[in-house]
Amino acid sequence: MVHAYKNNGYDIVLDVNSGSVHVVDDIVFDLIRPIEELLTNRFGTADITADGAADTTDEALSAELFSELKEKYSEVTEKYSEQDLTDAISDILELRRGEVLYTDDVYENYVEDFKERGTVVKALCLNIAHDCNLRCKYCFADEGEYHGRRALMSEEVGKAALDFLVKNSGGRKNLEVDFFGGEPLMNWEVVKKLVEYGRSLEKEYDKNFRFTLTTNGTLLNDEILEFANKEMGNIVLSIDGRKEVNDKMRPMKGGQGTYDTIIPKFKKVAESRHQLRYFVRGTFTHNNLDFCEDVKHLADLGFKQISVEPVVAKPEDWYAIKEEDIPYLCEQYDELAKLYIQRQKEGNGFNFFHFNIDLEGGPCVAKRLSGCGSGCEYLGVTPWGDLYPCHQFVGNEDFIMGNVFEGITRPDLQKMFKESNVYSRPECQKCFARYYCSGGCAANAYNFNGDINTTYKTGCELQRKRIECAIMIKAALS
Amino acid sequence: MKHVKTLATRNLKESMKKGGCGECQTSCQCTVGNQSC
Repeated sequence: MVHAYKNNGYDIVLDVNSGSVHVVDDIVFDLIRPIEELLTNRFGTADITADGAADTTDEALSAELFSELKEKYSEVTEKYSEQDLTDAISDILELRRGEVLYTDDVYENYVEDFKERGTVVKALCLNIAHDCNLRCKYCFADEGEYHGRRALMSEEVGKAALDFLVKNSGGRKNLEVDFFGGEPLMNWEVVKKLVEYGRSLEKEYDKNFRFTLTTNGTLLNDEILEFANKEMGNIVLSIDGRKEVNDKMRPMKGGQGTYDTIIPKFKKVAESRHQLRYFVRGTFTHNNLDFCEDVKHLADLGFKQISVEPVVAKPEDWYAIKEEDIPYLCEQYDELAKLYIQRQKEGNGFNFFHFNIDLEGGPCVAKRLSGCGSGCEYLGVTPWGDLYPCHQFVGNEDFIMGNVFEGITRPDLQKMFKESNVYSRPECQKCFARYYCSGGCAANAYNFNGDINTTYKTGCELQRKRIECAIMIKAALS
Repeated sequence: MKHVKTLATRNLKESMKKGGCGECQTSCQCTVGNQSC
């Protein structure tokens, strides 16, 4: 499977199944599809590893393809000289011979084997506080009210969660615990005690805990920052961008804006962490479709690790992204990609979460096929210890999987999530992005379609655009 | 090659032989795409 596209003056060919990326000129770009079709007609597939496909020498095949192209695709071949056509065909066949072009999908049976492995848990998202001092309009926790069931996690429940994690982690050494909410700083003393407890378990069980903290930042102070810098592998700081955008969507309980309170605190976090191991993270909505301006604003404030992401909302919500917004949002991603390149070249670059891509050392195919591991490797925990497939399922009681004291009591749910992957979602079969998004978010799929083995259409369209931009950026900066 | 510059040859097929250790970070939409093994 090949995805060929043009972006910002670059002709890019992504060989989906091998993960190879090629920057090509117009003639190769124009010939990629016709040659794929001719090879498929001849061998049943364009993949070099197909039966008999490697028997014909590239030299002989090149001559035959040249004749067929002239005959069947004259509208393409008449644009180029015979020498250029010969050279381009030769280059394409060389890539094919090297198994970095026209490769077939050989992973479906592999993922079946992978599913048979025992399930281990390696990450927990602790909803340490079902309470918040903000009333964000798009909050999936009922604007911080939690449908009337506000609560703070006790030290006892938190320790039981860490014990559950260690006990169910099998041979995995690296374990993760996210302090999430609500607002975790409203339960800070318990956070500190749980970090201390986790560290005490490391030596005893030969584990390595990576703690993270997600906060709205309003309660940050020097004592908290010192502890977080020592213990937290990542800190996520919530801010939507420009003051008017942020304060409209992220007000305090009393309605006043938060921007002026959090900006100096966030700058201090970023500098104290040497501009690493944190993200300022915003949400864009129908209210600020020009989100590129919000990213630019955050970059101009000096932040180097930035994520601004589309809201996921019910279609009837006033701030929901609509289908007709997508073309404009794609233009915004293009604009942002150009800004990203410009700033990098000026030596004043920033990282954008959805444009980061590792083409050389990215994850293995097993990880790419199975995704985030929600519902099996990764679970969400409520303040009273209930286990959910992830933080986004919390509150939907159909998805309670057990609790930290008794363990998993719904192995059927665990099995359902474990068997959910790229191959269980029909829409992914023809999508070039599947090894970069792993089939998308199960919670979004469920919330929009009532089935985790589906996809969230708006999310898919924006994800594909982001991946195209991310690869183009690699081409521009290479 | 005159007409092609290859940016990445990650070779996902090769990763079937050695991958799957599960020690990498949990990802969420790092994402899977930008994660490093």
